Amino acid sequence: MAAHSVEALLAKAEQEEAEKLRSIAVHKELDLEFDVGNLLACDKNRIESRDFREQKKEDFLRSLARDNTQLLINEIWKLPTERVEEAIVAKLPEPTTPLPREKPPPKPKPPTKWEQFAKLKGIQKKKKTNLVWDENAKEWRRRWGYKRANDDTKEWLIEVPETADPNEDQFAKRVKAKKERVAKNELNRLKNIARAQKVKVPGVGLTPTAQQSKDELVRAVSVAKTSTASVGRFQDRLPKEKAPKNTGKKRKFEPLIGDFSNEKQKQLELLKVMDSKKPKLDITKAVNKQMREEDREEASAKYKKGAGKKGRKGNMSGKGKGKGGKGKGGKAAGGGGGKKRSKPGKR
Amino acid sequence: MTQLDSVIKPKTKRSKRFLESRAPKLTEDVKSAMIMKGGNTSLTITQALKDLYSLRKPNAVLYKKKNITRPFEDSTSLEFFSKKTDCSLFLFGSHNKKRPNNLIFGRLFDFHVLDMIELGIEKYVSLSEIKASKCPEGTKPMLVFAGEAFDTDNEHKRLKSLLIDFFRGPTVSAVRLAGLEHVLHFTALDGKIFMRSYRCLLKKSGCRTPRIELEEIGPSFDFVLRRTHLASDDLYKLAHKQPKALKVKKKKNISHDAFGTKFGRVHMQKQDLSKLHTRKMKGLRKRKGEVVTGEQGGQAPKVAKVES
Repeated sequence: MAAHSVEALLAKAEQEEAEKLRSIAVHKELDLEFDVGNLLACDKNRIESRDFREQKKEDFLRSLARDNTQLLINEIWKLPTERVEEAIVAKLPEPTTPLPREKPPPKPKPPTKWEQFAKLKGIQKKKKTNLVWDENAKEWRRRWGYKRANDDTKEWLIEVPETADPNEDQFAKRVKAKKERVAKNELNRLKNIARAQKVKVPGVGLTPTAQQSKDELVRAVSVAKTSTASVGRFQDRLPKEKAPKNTGKKRKFEPLIGDFSNEKQKQLELLKVMDSKKPKLDITKAVNKQMREEDREEASAKYKKGAGKKGRKGNMSGKGKGKGGKGKGGKAAGGGGGKKRSKPGKR
Repeated sequence: MTQLDSVIKPKTKRSKRFLESRAPKLTEDVKSAMIMKGGNTSLTITQALKDLYSLRKPNAVLYKKKNITRPFEDSTSLEFFSKKTDCSLFLFGSHNKKRPNNLIFGRLFDFHVLDMIELGIEKYVSLSEIKASKCPEGTKPMLVFAGEAFDTDNEHKRLKSLLIDFFRGPTVSAVRLAGLEHVLHFTALDGKIFMRSYRCLLKKSGCRTPRIELEEIGPSFDFVLRRTHLASDDLYKLAHKQPKALKVKKKKNISHDAFGTKFGRVHMQKQDLSKLHTRKMKGLRKRKGEVVTGEQGGQAPKVAKVES
């Protein structure tokens, strides 16, 4: 009797086990396609319209969904798992369905001029500390930027070096030098970008800037004229436009083996000049030229200063900055507004 | 715009981070979707858009105002919006007499329209109508597609890819097993597409893998496929191009056998066997004294043999 009951119990247990095992098994004609990385399952089996209309729509869909989800869960449970902070986590593989990207992949940037040089020389980047000790403020300050350590521009006292002009403004000189450095950096950055994007940067004068001189304009016009298919041969000129000068060859070279007598003449003349005691540089002429150039500079500076000051104080012709101390040779050219110039010594 | 970006340097770290998040990357983040209404909308459409927005939170933007555009004719305003909000998926809902309860699913590549598919809603049950406890927001749903149309018909294939793009969440490396709750089921039958959303309950079964029971939550749609605007093949291929850096580099000279043992191949130079260092046995070394006695001893027995 006991044996019977034990047998019965065993049989019952076996049956229950079998039932439970059945419950996760799903029978499908075609296997589903799984993309576990995306938690995706695709069922390719035909759905009979007959079944669909027999049962109620929702129930049919629900049973179909249940079967498919069961299969997907079976797949997911086959993955390796690990324990992360009291939760069991399954590691997903990479998604296999190809999906389009949002944006095209980034192009690798070509190296900048410095990067090329550094690679060539084998210069490594040195990691620098964030803060630097500032002696004056006796604290740690950032290396560059707002309130930086050892700030050059914030000095209240600058010693005038011996070689410099005592009336020169050292503070303005520093500010100007910094502005030039900033402008140069900006130009180099833009050049790097232009090189990276392979945009041809045109030469000086061809890109329109605010103040273009007459020569720059003439050059721009001539370049534009020659940039046609027939290199400017059939371009008409304006009625009063002159032909551009300096557009031929810049130097003329004699042929190697040409006129022997001519060559002999030239060599003999050269020897004669070398022998003579006469100086090649005409000093008075050079000095006059220099003086004229300086006068021109002064005039332009005064004009600019005058134009600036006009805005502020009516019609006051500003006296230019004292440019004393510049030696001027020989005759004094007529300059603006009674300036006294010291008589120069001979150069 | 990208050209300007590199010419104009960002002045603050915050703007720099913003520009970097919008720049093209090797591995991309989740796509965001913009959900907008057309010139005329019905109650069904507004409800449907709200439900789909809640399915797609937080990577979605829902616009409140109506936009009087027709995506199939003129997609410039869509592209403008996507550029402003950096979204590459869109959902446009509208309603008119000719096309009642219209939803346009679409995606963009490089801020230009890639695919657009128009679906009409025939039957719709909203989230609020189904009284059941919902899944928390932001759970990654499981997607199931049923029906052979999703494999055979070209338009359905694109629709399947578009729906995967739309409804899959962020790509994760691992998923919590207990957190697999949400299932979205799409069935294609007789030109119609049925979308149902269920919550799955993991019940005990005999073995480790649980048994699934489903409970319907969420919106349920009966779609009918209307117009489509699919991308040309080469544009589609271009959109799928992956950068080379992402390709896994295969290590040479490494192989695995059936048992999982890892084998490697090492290439050696040619060895000079005369200079090979072997074990030196001191006892076997020949010594000078031994050699002489051995010789003499060797001769004597020979003589003895001959005699006898």
